[in-house]
Amino acid sequence: MERLLFAGIDEPGLDTLEVYERRGGYQALRRALQMTPEAVLHELEESELRGRGGAGFQMAKKASFLPKGSMDKYLCCNADESEPGAFKDRELMQKNPHQLIEGVVIAAWSAGINRAFIYIRGEYVLQADILDAAVAEAERAGYLGERILGSEHTLSLVVHRGAGAYICGEETALLDSLEGKRGNPRLKPPFPANQGLYQGPTLINNVETLSAVPHILAMGGADYARLGVANSTGTKVVSVSGHVQRPGNYEIELGIPSREIIYGLAGGPPEGRAIKCWFPGGSSAPVLTAEDLNLAYDFDSMAKAGSMLGSGSIIVIDDSTPIIDVALKVAKFYRHESCGKCTPCREGTNWTVTMLERIDAGLATPMDLDIMASVQDHIIGHCLCVLGDSMAMPIGSMIAKFRDEFEAHMEAARHSSPLGTAPPDTAPALIQGAV
Amino acid sequence: MSAEPAPRQAGSGPAAVPRFTHGSRVPGWDRAADLERDPAAVPDPATTEVPADLRREIAEHMAKYPDRRSAVLPALAAAQRVHGWCSPQALEQVACVMALTPAYLDAVATFYDMLETEPVGRHSVYVCTNISCSMCGADELLQEVRAAAAGEQDINVRAFECMGACDIAPMASVDGVYVGPLEPADAGRLVKDILAGRPVLEAKQLARRPCADPGVRAEQSAAGASGQGHRARAGAANPDVSSSAGPPMKGDAPGPAAPIERPPAADGQNGGQGG
Repeated sequence: MERLLFAGIDEPGLDTLEVYERRGGYQALRRALQMTPEAVLHELEESELRGRGGAGFQMAKKASFLPKGSMDKYLCCNADESEPGAFKDRELMQKNPHQLIEGVVIAAWSAGINRAFIYIRGEYVLQADILDAAVAEAERAGYLGERILGSEHTLSLVVHRGAGAYICGEETALLDSLEGKRGNPRLKPPFPANQGLYQGPTLINNVETLSAVPHILAMGGADYARLGVANSTGTKVVSVSGHVQRPGNYEIELGIPSREIIYGLAGGPPEGRAIKCWFPGGSSAPVLTAEDLNLAYDFDSMAKAGSMLGSGSIIVIDDSTPIIDVALKVAKFYRHESCGKCTPCREGTNWTVTMLERIDAGLATPMDLDIMASVQDHIIGHCLCVLGDSMAMPIGSMIAKFRDEFEAHMEAARHSSPLGTAPPDTAPALIQGAV
Repeated sequence: MSAEPAPRQAGSGPAAVPRFTHGSRVPGWDRAADLERDPAAVPDPATTEVPADLRREIAEHMAKYPDRRSAVLPALAAAQRVHGWCSPQALEQVACVMALTPAYLDAVATFYDMLETEPVGRHSVYVCTNISCSMCGADELLQEVRAAAAGEQDINVRAFECMGACDIAPMASVDGVYVGPLEPADAGRLVKDILAGRPVLEAKQLARRPCADPGVRAEQSAAGASGQGHRARAGAANPDVSSSAGPPMKGDAPGPAAPIERPPAADGQNGGQGG
């Protein structure tokens, strides 16, 4: 398969305007600016490009929700890639920043936007520096600023650095953070397309989504839609990590078997080990097992299997890792990153960690697994954003799929805990006392 | 930073709930509001001294946004570079330039992991301990780095959540420079490099790492031979497609041991089918 987003990504100097232009860069922008915004939007619509950040919402549809007419509208590129397992945007920004900038300028033109921001996570120092330099270069060359390339399009672009908060990848928390506040999610509706940044209509797209835009304009939306499968068109950069021999980013055509990605590209788990489970879309996705490896890697197949494609970040876990370790790591992460605004998430993440630690310490009974599963059910759908759900879904799936292992671990741990040797009638008091 | 709850005494009865030193059952708020103090006001520019460089940098950030308040994060980061942490003095200075209250800035600073609200060493070492890294030995690495940096006042070693570099797991970010994959044995060298002011573990820096995708490598070598690269163009038929020895596409028989590099002919068929 021919690479689109990754075409020539390791070519030295691709982050400079000179090399990018030599490879045909900014030609798509020239083409787009000769078209009307409606025609550009139509191309994007034809491509059926779905958002690559996690939710998978159709990009053109989102852009079409923005009200028409002249008013202060904003575009925010979400580069706060913080999902455990995801690192595709990092490579795209570091090695091909102009591809992203070109995508931003075209997307802004299609939606009549004059101000754009790239919200990049504060940890990506190198990538933010590269973007800053690329934006300055693009400004000097007239690809950003007033009347771009002699057209009616005017756009300013600011690279905004975050300061370390997973929640700021949530679109409304990102807006709050960009306004200089604590990154708390907002109540929806109103949706950002109507009232977002500074209360103005705002289009929020992921780095990879916007990086695909120049290619859609260059190929034509209909041709782009021929890549991939129905309802999951195009190519996708997949981040594969964990217990694989060749972790890294791979650009694939959506719809290839998951096995091809994990074994064919990433080399599978180390010699002599087998896959116990894998996250198909970052740590927020319910886990799948080795039985699901033949599933096609696209939005619908993953949803049908009870999980999600998310940001396209595969974490592979081999059979040497106890499932409780995985669950604890995941739960602790979301406890740390919960902003604390909604009770089900703030308390639910905290109590899930407490219960998992109780299991690990041998102080739990099999009933605790049911309580823990019900806690997950009470988080899902009850908060302003999906951070709580992002813990509840994988933890719930681990309890459902690895219940035997949890119970065996519980039983084994009991023997080395005070509970294991205590007479049955004193056990409840011990549980209360020890936790 | 909260103290752990005091262990319960045996036989103290079910009513006694373990509490943190600040009186709550949950960690987090360990600084109570001082109700005796006046509400925070915007610091008086006439009496607040702000280093000229810091003032200029904050002003530049404010000018980039429609609303000056958007510059809070870059301004706090700038103040932290000057003061080493978001000290009361640092907040006072930022508040003065931005015409905000220090209390507001404190509320923001406590929210973000990279803004330090306690005095720390000037060099930050964030060791990722999230899922992919921990499965590859991050917990042991963290221990080793902590041990190697023990007693060094200038080095702030922290366990950190996923920093988006699971491909180089286990990894660390040293003053913003990503290094990995690290062995526990690298800890000593890492600390020595920081103290000597050298680039840290130069051979393991992320900036030098090529893309893992074999399709990129194949295209790279083909482009090198023909003297120029190519880019997606309109139309399904692309003459360049045979030069990219990419992975097999959908429709290929799945198999655990699929070879990475396909012969160009096989890929050409695939490319024509989907391109």
